[in-house]
Amino acid sequence: MNLDLTADQRAIRDEAGRFLDENSSSKDVRRIVDAGGGTDEALWRTVARDLGWCAMSIPEECGGLGLDMTEMSLLMEVCGAHLACMPLWSTACLAAPLLVETGNERARETLLPAIAGGEISATVAWPALAHAEQLIAISVTARPEGEGYRLEGEVAMVADLPGADLILVPARLPDGTVALFALDRTLPLKITVLKTLDATRPLGALSLTDLAVPAEGRVDENGIGASAAERALAFGILGLAAEQLGAARAVMDLTLAYIGERVQFGRTIASFQAIKHRCAKLEVDFAEARSLVYGAAAGFSDWSGEEANAEVAAARVLASELLFRAAEESIQLHGGVGFTWEYDPHLYFKRAQASNALLGAPEGHLDAIADAIIGRGAEA
Amino acid sequence: MSEAEGIKALRTEAAQWLAEHLTGKYAPLRHRGGSGDGDAFPELRKEWERELASGRWTCPGWPPEHGGRGLSIAEQVAFQEEYGLAGGPGRMGHIGEGLVGPTLIAFGTDDQKSRFLPGILNGTEFWCQGYSEPSAGSDLGNIKTRARLDPATGDWLVTGQKVWTSLAHLSDWIFVLARCEEGSVGRNGLIFLLIKIDQPGVEIRPIRQIGGGAEFNEVFFADARAHARDVVGQPGDGWRIAMALLGFERGISTLGQQMSFAQELDLIIEIAKENGTALRPAIRHRIARAWIGLRAMRYLAMRVLSTDPDGDVQREGLSYKYHWSNWHRDLGKLAMDVLGPEANIISDDWRRERLQQLFLFSRADTIYGGTNEIQLNILAEQGLGMPREPRGTSK
Ligand SMILES: Cc1cc2nc3c(=O)[nH]c(=O)nc-3n(C[C@H](O)[C@H](O)[C@H](O)COP(=O)(O)OP(=O)(O)OC[C@H]3O[C@@H](n4cnc5c(N)ncnc54)[C@H](O)[C@@H]3O)c2cc1C
Repeated sequence: MNLDLTADQRAIRDEAGRFLDENSSSKDVRRIVDAGGGTDEALWRTVARDLGWCAMSIPEECGGLGLDMTEMSLLMEVCGAHLACMPLWSTACLAAPLLVETGNERARETLLPAIAGGEISATVAWPALAHAEQLIAISVTARPEGEGYRLEGEVAMVADLPGADLILVPARLPDGTVALFALDRTLPLKITVLKTLDATRPLGALSLTDLAVPAEGRVDENGIGASAAERALAFGILGLAAEQLGAARAVMDLTLAYIGERVQFGRTIASFQAIKHRCAKLEVDFAEARSLVYGAAAGFSDWSGEEANAEVAAARVLASELLFRAAEESIQLHGGVGFTWEYDPHLYFKRAQASNALLGAPEGHLDAIADAIIGRGAEA
Repeated sequence: MSEAEGIKALRTEAAQWLAEHLTGKYAPLRHRGGSGDGDAFPELRKEWERELASGRWTCPGWPPEHGGRGLSIAEQVAFQEEYGLAGGPGRMGHIGEGLVGPTLIAFGTDDQKSRFLPGILNGTEFWCQGYSEPSAGSDLGNIKTRARLDPATGDWLVTGQKVWTSLAHLSDWIFVLARCEEGSVGRNGLIFLLIKIDQPGVEIRPIRQIGGGAEFNEVFFADARAHARDVVGQPGDGWRIAMALLGFERGISTLGQQMSFAQELDLIIEIAKENGTALRPAIRHRIARAWIGLRAMRYLAMRVLSTDPDGDVQREGLSYKYHWSNWHRDLGKLAMDVLGPEANIISDDWRRERLQQLFLFSRADTIYGGTNEIQLNILAEQGLGMPREPRGTSK
């Protein structure tokens, strides 16, 4: 395994960074946040249609570029650094991989190309699960009726649901199989926009009451099997870890810039060793988290669902913890201004806590790693 | 043969050779002699060096003209991993092979190369590192040992004291950083000398360590003689040579070290399953975290050793020492907690003994080679561009 970034990969990262510097600055993010949250539509259109970021990891035969996980995770890192208000993660890291892993002909010939071409945004109404075995947690049911199905159930929190064009809903059939349904906005869905502390990623509650879905609304090939679900989820979890990594770097840099200017006791506060050491420790955590994200991304295409699971769980645990620590240290080291709305640390702080809980909090991922390397608790 | 095939062939050759040779009288050496455990089976480990030399496994990264195999970094890593997997003992020749040799190849005279490299290569001459002094630990520039020119011979007469000198009692030569310019301070006015240990002006006193053994020593010099031809670089240029020497440790051996770290973790998991601690959620999480830390170490090392590290990688590489040493120390504590009250009982159960050694010896990891606090200073200053520590005025 080679972990050097290629020249192309570096170029993708650097160009994405430059683009978001210009188009998703703190001012842009604040425009969305001050309006109560949502998607930066202009930004999203450019990213999805003109820059083709959603196409990265979609196979070529489905209209994508067929690149490895590394490119996508570099993009997510850059998005995280800018807190970019757009549904790239839900579209490209949650929905697309699930369609790639489990989709039928329609999914491959219509939906994936539409995502790759930036025509639609998409999300998945997963329960807050981290592991495929928790497919048990899926509470939406699908009852065959005539040619089609009737869907029933609620999913309390779905990322980017309010603006999503396409909503993928895993639902349980009477025989226990988990099927995948693709719902669009023409159906009478009940979507409640949730008010969130972190206004940079919209969340919604989905409620389906005896919803009639035609046969073509079902887009899985043979149901969502455990290992396919595992790989699709692992993609999402790793994408999130990369995003958290980028956010951590940005908030660390913000802090370093501030403490390098602020003078107390006749010297910059950055010159105090207590502060240097705290920043240096964050830097160690950052190096670890980034190495795990890059390692997991580089190995991703070769791993089974189970291997990928442990690797991405590792990246996710460290990236989650890193981002939270980096954000809380940022507030602390900014002093009083760290507590204000005007300075940016709170944006990262809120994102840190919110993203920590998406697709399973670190404790669950630690449990999964322990199960993988020690064996199940009960059998040990 | 492609690079990947070459590496595979090398792995097979090394694994086979080690399986054939690290047996019989050498079997007790497996997993022994690591950092802190340097005084385990010293004579047998010296013999082991000659055994390695007979298979051309000493100095494999040195260029062929100096007797090495000229292995690439990836190949050296592969060898180190096989060595670690086989339980290869801590290398008595490490300081010569990894530090002195590369320094002489880069800065030494032809005469020095021809006199010193063969002894290192053949496992017949052993080296130790004379940097630290009682008043120059983290603050290495505060060196007080003096080197005085003997005008009659051009030799240097050295007076002063070194301390914490690993393996000095088992070495033939010591390289010494000393002050050669009267009144100079800090990094200026230093000289890098090669000094023969077996001479009247050199006295070695072992220091008993945390584990009861004595790997390191005090070394006293009283007009000890370093020959004129045994100065490396120019007098006054010692700091530069001394730092370059440290730079040769690019961390290739650390990938081999990770193999033994992984074995230690496996051992802890094995015992935790046997004694039921593996059922405790808090222990399960600590084991999971240890596994995560080891993965991070592996990927970080691979990035640092990459052929084309970018600026980010170079900065992140500064974290490596801090990460592995603290990880290893925590592993020692985890091992003891998994053993429970038995951890305190000395017995000849080899597994327990190995974990007790891990617990004690890993405390050195965050001290030598730049302490934790110094690593954090380096990270903050060189990695993050934060202001340098002010110097005080106390003596
Ligand atoms: C097992 C072992 C083997 C060794 N082998 C060798 C060898 O072969 N050759 C050799 O030359 N040396 C060797 N050493 C010495 C080692 O390099 C020193 O111990 C180390 O550099 C620390 O120096 P010191 O012991 O004087 O501690 P000090 O420098 O006195 O440090 C004491 C404490 O103060 C802290 N401190 C010091 N300066 C600062 C600062 N600026 N900011 C914050 N905290 C600070 C340190 O981090 C440490 O916690 C060995 C040490 C050990 C433990």
